[in-house]
Amino acid sequence: MAANHDNITFSVRDLAIGYSLKKEKALIASNINFDTIKGELTAIIGINGIGKSTLLRTLGKVQPKLSGVVELNGKSLDNYKPIELAADLSLVLTEPIASKNMTVAELLALGRSPYTNWLGALSKEDVLKVEDAIQQMELAKIQHKKCYELSDGQLQRVMIARALVQDTAVILLDEPTTHLDLYHKVQILKLLKSIAHRTNKTIVFTTHEIEIAIQICDKILVLDGTVNAFDKPNKLIEQKAFDTLFPSDTVFFDAQNGSFKIKE
Amino acid sequence: MLESKTYRFSFLFLLLILVLVFTLNISSGSVSIPINETINALFGGTLQNESWSYIIWDYRIPKALTAILVGAGLALSGLLMQTLFRNPLAGPFVLGISSGASLGAALLIMGSSVLASFFSFGLINDISLAIAASIGSFLVLMVVISVATKVKDTMALLIIGLMFGSITSAIVSVLSYFTNAEKLQQYIYWSYGSLGNLSWRQLGLLFALVLAGIFLSILSIKSLNAMLLGENYARSLGVNMKTSRYLIIIATGILAGSITAFAGPIAFVGLAVPHLTRQIFNTTDHRILMPAVLIYGAILMLICDTIAQLPTSANVLPINAVTSIIGAPVVIWLLIRKRKMMF
Repeated sequence: MAANHDNITFSVRDLAIGYSLKKEKALIASNINFDTIKGELTAIIGINGIGKSTLLRTLGKVQPKLSGVVELNGKSLDNYKPIELAADLSLVLTEPIASKNMTVAELLALGRSPYTNWLGALSKEDVLKVEDAIQQMELAKIQHKKCYELSDGQLQRVMIARALVQDTAVILLDEPTTHLDLYHKVQILKLLKSIAHRTNKTIVFTTHEIEIAIQICDKILVLDGTVNAFDKPNKLIEQKAFDTLFPSDTVFFDAQNGSFKIKE
Repeated sequence: MLESKTYRFSFLFLLLILVLVFTLNISSGSVSIPINETINALFGGTLQNESWSYIIWDYRIPKALTAILVGAGLALSGLLMQTLFRNPLAGPFVLGISSGASLGAALLIMGSSVLASFFSFGLINDISLAIAASIGSFLVLMVVISVATKVKDTMALLIIGLMFGSITSAIVSVLSYFTNAEKLQQYIYWSYGSLGNLSWRQLGLLFALVLAGIFLSILSIKSLNAMLLGENYARSLGVNMKTSRYLIIIATGILAGSITAFAGPIAFVGLAVPHLTRQIFNTTDHRILMPAVLIYGAILMLICDTIAQLPTSANVLPINAVTSIIGAPVVIWLLIRKRKMMF
């Protein structure tokens, strides 16, 4: 685990996440500690409502943290200006895009916004990045389609491609595989893994697909609100981190197969 | 951006149409002036008929230029609002911004007589009217935006716009009860909308304000494009949402406010033109949409004004009625054709 210091992207210490409503603070999860490394695919898993999305949105500075430290590339997330963060971190959120009247190519080009001039004109390099993402995510056939014509899976691929176009060291994805069938889930996650390994990016995503995550991810954060174990999947199995993930009256974790079984 | 050549062709074509309707607009009216004489006048030639030259330079050209500014400005403010509010139904009229301007104008025209004992600002000149209407539209815009940040429901916004319309008409009726007939007439005449009342000096002022609105809009082009993805995505692309939002609101306020002040409330141009433009240019890129919407708005307004003239008749229809009669069916047609309105 002794990772080279230069390789650390996110460094999270004693993080508490939740919502501040007026003067009250609604704590969702606390005591979150982990480091992400360049070139690794990390999954955040946990039961519904435990705060997976909240954590991801906090890491992406979409919403403020309650307390603790979040550093990105050695610099506190609080000190990042929007334009600086845009060059270091890209997002794929669950919320629908505002205008589905855009073509895929137009949407992808917006990913270059942090680097373009005040009018947003694309340079040759920008066009290359867009073309590269189109090829990686296999979007050539649909690049001139409008977003409202796409299926959920296609749109998801487009949104991931947009994050690739932004060309950041870190990509955060909130439930990138929901609404997809098993084949497309695995396809997307395998693609994310190969991108992380090939381009040395840190990719973090939230998911409900624990069994697939165990097989594919380099690291997993098991969010339970208190312990929040973070390690390689096989280590987590040894630590029995998955055993207490769900209430024991319905499903149990079969460590041998790395999968959940329904209790008779 | 890939098809910049075809866009250039479309823009040339549009500009040609603009020149055409401009000339047509000037040649038509209660006194019919032949097209060739109109063109002659536009190029500074002397006309056979001295009064024609007077009509063209002192009445028709200022009116046509007003139409261009009003149409272009309202269409642009509609485009800005549709993107800012993520709502295809947004426009200066629907969101109550025009109502706000009306309220400002009503308070100035009629309120000054009611409050004459307290304030002695008896002189209502064009500039104070423009300021009052701009402040009114600005205040409504601020309320709408503050609600928009709290309520994600776009339906609520439209209802608030409607409510402002009701409040305006209520206050206007209260004011009209206490005011004198002359002031009431002045307000009602203003509320019909009119393009033909501007002197060259007023026209210059309106031009400056619309230009300021266009300038601020151009500065916002990049953020507007990013906003098509939604607020969180825009921020993640490095857009400073707070600054951009204020910039866009100020631009909209200046455009809708000053235009409504000088030309009265004019419906549907702001709502319909951006949609028509998106249909024809088939893009969401504001770098293309913005100039396109400006030219389209100008063309549509000139056409509406030409219709309002009722060629060869001495009667002139209120411009607000004409834009509604043309604009409302356009919106309905768009809804039926696309089934879903998008921005």
